[in-house]
Amino acid sequence: MSPDRELRVSKIRNGTVIDHITGGQSLNVLAILGIDGSEEFSVSIGMNVPSDRLGHKDILKVEGRELSQSEVDVLSLIAPEATINIVRDYEVVEKNRVERPTEVVGVLSCPNRNCISNDDEPVETRFAVMADGVRCDYCSEILRDRLAEHIDV
Amino acid sequence: MRQDHLITATQLSRPDIEAVLDRAREIDESREAFEQRYSGSVLALCFFEPSTRTKMSFETAAKRLGAETIDMGSVESSSVKKGESLADTVRVIEGYADALVLRHPSEGSAKMASEFVDVPVINAGDGAGQHPSQTLLDLHTIRERHGLDDLTIGIMGDLKYGRTVHSLASALTNFDANQHFISPESLQLPRSVRFDLHEAGAQVREHTEIETILPELDVLYVTRIQRERFPDENEYHEIAGEYRIDADTLSAAREDLTVMHPLPRVDEIAADVDETDHARYFEQAHNGVPVRMALLDMLLGGGSE
Repeated sequence: MSPDRELRVSKIRNGTVIDHITGGQSLNVLAILGIDGSEEFSVSIGMNVPSDRLGHKDILKVEGRELSQSEVDVLSLIAPEATINIVRDYEVVEKNRVERPTEVVGVLSCPNRNCISNDDEPVETRFAVMADGVRCDYCSEILRDRLAEHIDV
Repeated sequence: MRQDHLITATQLSRPDIEAVLDRAREIDESREAFEQRYSGSVLALCFFEPSTRTKMSFETAAKRLGAETIDMGSVESSSVKKGESLADTVRVIEGYADALVLRHPSEGSAKMASEFVDVPVINAGDGAGQHPSQTLLDLHTIRERHGLDDLTIGIMGDLKYGRTVHSLASALTNFDANQHFISPESLQLPRSVRFDLHEAGAQVREHTEIETILPELDVLYVTRIQRERFPDENEYHEIAGEYRIDADTLSAAREDLTVMHPLPRVDEIAADVDETDHARYFEQAHNGVPVRMALLDMLLGGGSE
């Protein structure tokens, strides 16, 4: 990381750094993580930071919080280029690229209001992940754009 | 066919379809051989929406196989009115029956129900989703007259919300069929059905008027344009009038054109078509019984023998 970028976002002691988020998606990533500012851990956000690979990217540093696999799964849908760095005692102990899962369960709501998954039934939503979107396992509705609007976590 | 449930037409392969239709033909030719075959079995008819044809043809099919049927009565008088979930309802009924036939207003309801029970579930219509047993009887009707390959079929009407259309279009991708979809722009096929057709490499064309394609068709499958889809009554009448056929319209068609309709019709097929050789919709409705007998035989019997 260049000194210039270090000035933008300071190092964290323990937690997660999510880098290479698609520009402008960091607030949606926070929504996926269920972080709204009322928690005790500190969050640093860099938005539209210049990036060699992406042109512009967002970067998030979350102190005291590590991501679960289901969170990473959903993250991959809106930030497919993201890298996830787990930091312990100021050191990066794990560095992973997100991988698109074959399905996401219980994290997106179906945009088809007439889908059984939107009724009061004891089922979790389930979407198959396609090359360019997701598809509801129950009603087959395809969702390509604005996935973040349907995140239900 | 070795499947536990019939949920969508997309799950049906060509051999699956041919196995059911062959069995239906066998039943048509020797009905007495199948009588009492399922004596002692019970079929549950779970209809959360009003239905006449589908429900009665499943009921008749079960009785002709010697099976008993049970049903929930009207939704108003059932526990659904007390707020019971569909998942609970089917889990209870599973204990009474050997198979469930489900009609429900929500898309994906049959899929969900199948996850909660161990007996076969047959989707008899899930909202604007799928209606695969209707498709099997549609294909039986087409096959008996034209075969299922080298076919040019026009499907006209409400393609967006028409579940019979969604199932039929998917099933036809198993065969060498050119599909022409004729509808107002506002009622064209939904994205999910288009995706499946594209993935299956189907030959598909879309039209807003019937005249351009009518002379090429072997089969014209007409569906009702539903008045409730239009907030403006005048707009409905204007559009519906353009998707109505009569004997005069069909003078431009091939002599052996087959006109089909899942019924009920309102006025999209004029009564004077009934008297022509094109009309096959009542025969199509009658085919519901042998085809559903075949389907029940294969699901209750655990597959082809």
